[in-house]
Amino acid sequence: MKFTWFNLMPWPHLPDDFRQSHRSVWVDIPSDLYDPEEGNRVYHEYMDQLEYADSLGFDGIGVNEHHQNGYGLMPSPNIIAAGLARRTSRAAICVIGNSIALYNPPIRVAEEFAMLDVISGGRLVAGFPVGTPMDTNFCYGQIPALTRDKYYEAHDLIMKAWAESEPFAFDGKYNQLRYVNCWPKPIQKPHPPIYIPGGGSIETWDWCAEHDYNYSYLSFGGYIAGQAMLAGYWERIAKLGKDESPNRASFAQIICVAESDEQAEELFAEHMLYFFNRCLHVYPGFSDPPGYRTLKTIKAGKLNQLRSEAQKVFSNLTWGDLVDNGFVIAGSPETVRERCEHMIKTLRVGHVFGLFHMGNMPDWKTRLSTKLFAEKVMPALRDVWPDWKDDDRWWIKPYEGRVRVEETYPGAERDARADRRPPEGSL
Amino acid sequence: MKSRTIETRKGIRCQVREAGKGAPLVYLHGAGGPMPEEPVLERLAERFHVFAPVWPGFGEEEGEELLEDMLDFTLHGWDVIETLGLERPHLVGHSMGGMIAAEMACVNDRGLGKLALIAPAGLWIDEHPLPDMFAVTPFELPALLFADPAAGQKVLTAGLDFTDDEALTNFMIGNARRLGTAGKILFPIPNRRLSKRLYRMTRETLLVWGRQDQLIFPLYAKRWQELVPQAELHEVDGAAHMVPYEQPTEVADALLRFLG
Repeated sequence: MKFTWFNLMPWPHLPDDFRQSHRSVWVDIPSDLYDPEEGNRVYHEYMDQLEYADSLGFDGIGVNEHHQNGYGLMPSPNIIAAGLARRTSRAAICVIGNSIALYNPPIRVAEEFAMLDVISGGRLVAGFPVGTPMDTNFCYGQIPALTRDKYYEAHDLIMKAWAESEPFAFDGKYNQLRYVNCWPKPIQKPHPPIYIPGGGSIETWDWCAEHDYNYSYLSFGGYIAGQAMLAGYWERIAKLGKDESPNRASFAQIICVAESDEQAEELFAEHMLYFFNRCLHVYPGFSDPPGYRTLKTIKAGKLNQLRSEAQKVFSNLTWGDLVDNGFVIAGSPETVRERCEHMIKTLRVGHVFGLFHMGNMPDWKTRLSTKLFAEKVMPALRDVWPDWKDDDRWWIKPYEGRVRVEETYPGAERDARADRRPPEGSL
Repeated sequence: MKSRTIETRKGIRCQVREAGKGAPLVYLHGAGGPMPEEPVLERLAERFHVFAPVWPGFGEEEGEELLEDMLDFTLHGWDVIETLGLERPHLVGHSMGGMIAAEMACVNDRGLGKLALIAPAGLWIDEHPLPDMFAVTPFELPALLFADPAAGQKVLTAGLDFTDDEALTNFMIGNARRLGTAGKILFPIPNRRLSKRLYRMTRETLLVWGRQDQLIFPLYAKRWQELVPQAELHEVDGAAHMVPYEQPTEVADALLRFLG
C-alpha cells in the first residue's frame, strides 16, 4: 500500500456567512477575500506540512491544479512541486496534475514535468486530468464539447515528445508545431508514472485501461459513496481483460486521527464543517456545462457531485453525518486503521491520497493527525495486498545517484519538520 | 408541418420540417432547438415554401461531431440549401440561427434573397457583456429567456416533471447535445469575429428584437445596424429573447411585410 499526503491548499479565511453572501467558492469568488500578505504565511505553512509528511515516511506528497478557487490555491501546482523537489529527497512528488488541455501548446507540460522529474531525481508522478468544468470551461474558456478531444490530442503530443529522440512535426487539430523537441527529458523511462484523476466518466475508465494508467478517483464523497464508482471501474477492467492489480486505482479520502474518537470530533469537526459548508459551495450552473460530460456518462446516471441536490446535502451535514457516511474517516488510530482497511479492501485500491489538512485546520492539528497516522496507522496497513506487493508498475523509479537535500544542505528542511506544540490548554 | 430527412454531400443526415407553397424560405432555429409549436412558421407558410432544417445535435439524427467550428456550421447551412435544391431562398434565423444565417450571407451573399435576423447572436460589446447562457441551470432559463417566465416555463419543458429522475436524465441528455453543439460557436463568448465579415452582407436585412431581451440586449441591435447599414429594426413589446414564441403574430406580420 502507498500513502500520499495531499493538500488542496484552501484559503482558511472564508467568512462565516460565505454561503449566504456569495454564490460560488469557484470561478467568480470575489478576489478581495484573498489577502496576499496572509497568503505568504499560508503557502509556507502548507509547503512545510508537505515536507513534514515526507519526513514521516509518507510514500508521496501531492498537489493539484485549480483556478479561481477558494479551496485550491494552486493555479500552478508545478511551482509548489518545484519547491518540494528542492527540499525533499525521498517521497514521490505527485502532481495530480496538470490540466493538459489548458496549456498552449501542451508541450509546456512535457517540459515542466521533465524539469520536475530531473530536479527531484526521478520522483515525479505525472497526473493528466481532463479538468473540472469550473477550471477548464468557465475559468479557462475551453469549449465543453471539444474539451475531451483537445485533451486526448494534448496527451498524444506530450507522450510522443517524451518518447521521441529526434525533433518531429505535429499536425494536430488544436496544436500545430513544426519542431517538437522536448528538452530536457524526464529521468524515469519510458516516462514517469501516469495518473488520470477522474470523477466517474466511463470513457476515462476505458482509456486508463487501454494505456495502463492509474485511475485516481478524486471526490469528496468518501469511501462509502465511492464504492459504486470503483465497482464500475473494476467491472470495466475485468471486461477489458486487464489484470486486477489494486495498484491500477487510487482514491482520495479525508482522514483525521486523534488520540480517541471523542478527541477527533473535538479537534476536527469545525474544520470539516468549514470545508463542506463553505468550500464546496459551488454555483450549480458552473458544475455541468452542456457538452462537457459525454452522453454515455449522463446515460449511465453519473450525475455530477456538485449539482444542486448534492449541494443541499453538503450544507446540512453534521459531524455525525460526515463520519457515518464515510465522507471523513476520523477517530482514534485504531478506528481509523479499521475504516481505512475496509476502504482499501472494498474499493480495491493500492494507493490512497490522504487529505489530512482540510478547510481552516490549524497547523498543529494537521501535524498531530498526520503524525498519528504515520506512526500508528500506516505501518499496520502496508501489507493489505500481499499478492501485489512487488507490482511497481504505477510507482516512481528514483535515480540512485540523485542529489539529496539532506547531504547537500544539512538542516535545510529542519524547520518544516519540527513538531509543533498545540497552544496551551488546547488538548 | 411535415418532415423529411435529407443527407448532405458531407454525409450529415438532417431532418427538415416543411410547409406551404411559394418562394423558398429557410428558417434556422436558435440554441434552444425547434419547438413543437412554431406559430411564426405556420404564418410564413401561408405565403412561402418554408424549410426549417433541424440543426445537427438538435434532433434525432446524429452527426453533430462533424461540425466543429464556425466555418463547418456555415458550410452546413449551405449544404442543406444545395441538397434541397433551393434557388436564392430568403433566410430567417433566430438567435444562434441568426448568427449562422449572417455567416452564410457573408460567404455567399448572392445566393440569398432577403435576410431576417431575430435577436441574432454573434456580436460582443465589451462595455455590455451578455449573461453566460452556459452557466445557468435549466431552472433559471425561463426567467432569462421570456418576458413572462411562467408562460416560458411551459414552452421550454412541455410538461416535463424535473423531480422525476428519468425525465431529468432525458432532459439532460437532450440539453447536453443541443447546448454542447451550440457551445462550439457560442462558448465562452458568442463571438467568432463575425463583425469583421459583416461588410459582405449587402442583402436587404430586417432585425427583429424583443424589447425585454435579457440574453442579447436590444442595444446590440444598434451595433448590428452600425455594421449592416441597410438593416431595418423592428422592436417588439412584451417579448424577451424568445420573441417568436412570445409575440408570434407581431413577429410574423413584420416578417411578411418585410419579405413582401
